Amino acid sequence: MKKFMNSSDDFLKESLQGFGAAHKDIVTCHYDPIFIIRSQPTKKGKVALITGGGSGHEPMHGGFVGYGMLDAACPGFVFSSPSPDQMIAAIEKVESDAGVLFIVKNYSGDIMNFQMAAEMMTGPSETVMTNDDVAVEDSSFTTGRRGVAATVIVEKIVGSLAESGGSLQECKNLGDKINKNSGSMGVALSSCIVPAAGKPTFELGADEMEFGVGIHGEPGRRRDKIKSAQEITNELLNAIIEDLKPENKDEILLFVNGMGGTPLSELYLIYDNAKKTLDNKNIKIARSLVGNYCTSLEMQGASITLTKLDQETVNHWDSAVHTAAIRWGM
Amino acid sequence: MSVDFLIKRAKEIQVVIDSHALEIEKLDQEIGDGDHIFNIQRGIKLVIELEPIIKDLSMSKALNQISMKVLSGIGGSSGALFGTLFMTMAKSGNLDKAIDYKKGIEMFASGVEAVKQRGKADVGEKTMMDVLIPVADCLKKGIQNNKNPKDLMREAIETAEKGMLSTKNLLATKGRASFLGKRSIGHIDPGARSSQLMIKTVCTSILNS
Repeated sequence: MKKFMNSSDDFLKESLQGFGAAHKDIVTCHYDPIFIIRSQPTKKGKVALITGGGSGHEPMHGGFVGYGMLDAACPGFVFSSPSPDQMIAAIEKVESDAGVLFIVKNYSGDIMNFQMAAEMMTGPSETVMTNDDVAVEDSSFTTGRRGVAATVIVEKIVGSLAESGGSLQECKNLGDKINKNSGSMGVALSSCIVPAAGKPTFELGADEMEFGVGIHGEPGRRRDKIKSAQEITNELLNAIIEDLKPENKDEILLFVNGMGGTPLSELYLIYDNAKKTLDNKNIKIARSLVGNYCTSLEMQGASITLTKLDQETVNHWDSAVHTAAIRWGM
Repeated sequence: MSVDFLIKRAKEIQVVIDSHALEIEKLDQEIGDGDHIFNIQRGIKLVIELEPIIKDLSMSKALNQISMKVLSGIGGSSGALFGTLFMTMAKSGNLDKAIDYKKGIEMFASGVEAVKQRGKADVGEKTMMDVLIPVADCLKKGIQNNKNPKDLMREAIETAEKGMLSTKNLLATKGRASFLGKRSIGHIDPGARSSQLMIKTVCTSILNS
């Protein structure tokens, strides 16, 4: 294993210290317990957006703390859910008399720990659970679909509504709507290495890809021989479109997300291939996002997310945002 | 049973889990994401480090400290589930420094019930509940029928082993392995294996005491 680290025990702390120092105009990191908040206090009467999840998906979620997006993020150990004491400590700093909205990716550990935090806290809270990964078959009898890259879209759009004075219930409803109107699917060309493990999470042959991979390198739909970018893109898009069923005149947001180890040149190539396919299907791309936003350490791979938009959600997407990872309009 | 019992068992569990670390890691890499063993090892280490703080406390107070420690120190599903187990055991206990064997079983069974609620998983879903629920049921039945403690420990060890092995041919419907669908069949659940080893360790100790 080759990684920039001093010891796996200090990996998270040193990384966060660097993040906090580099972006001290935007965020403040706390270490005992670990959570990240805005450097400017959340204004009174604004719903506080708190999220969290395992580390290793940077910039998700700490990179989205700031004006127009999140109020706090609670990072767990690499690929491991944060614990309720982190959420409770974050709530104490950012709750501003309008309630707390938790945004939680549908993974058992995250769901359980955020549930415990909601039980332990005193004020009102709601939870938006994202489950956009169409690679997993959904069912009320199982853990169900995973929450993956569409979480970024939910955090941006709901963050804008909260900033403009939306109530807790309005923020919850919009979050649920964006999640329902989003579908994602990813593919891995290589594994990733959890620092504490020191070796790849799974083995992938030189000519193989993991189709429908999760954001922790957990296996997906099937293992396949590598294909051309256009073929891979089409398979991802077809799976999403089959699930999301966009109408001809629907406007969508096309989000091509890198898993950490794939260069931007390849992500833009995927964007080009996806655009051709969507053009052929008369699906209009109204907004775009391309880059490494919801990653899996050094994994080579990419995911595509489509989100159906309307005027309200486009306005919230376009509104000003100033975080370490996303900044526009200010 | 006293806090001393808890600490001694934790130390024995550490030895057993460490000696099966590679096996558990491999099981988790097959159907999970490979971090289960590190979470468990970290949790056990944290419990053992609590010794000077909890050694003179009542069982309930000690279990409460243990629950907060594993909840915050492990994180992930394991932190929430083991945290819930110990927290509920603490709640169903009393302030005595030592408890009898029947009370210990009652506390364990109420803890397992709470874990079942927290994780929303039952027997047959390819999780650690395939070990914990049958073992709790077997122990409860054993004390109702006034079964000889040593025989009951032997029965619990067998039940845990059977439950752990049963996960091999199950389709995962809860937890991270559920994302694999049919590909989860044919692999023993790593959480079932680690909890089976812990139960075996505790029961063997009681058996040999």
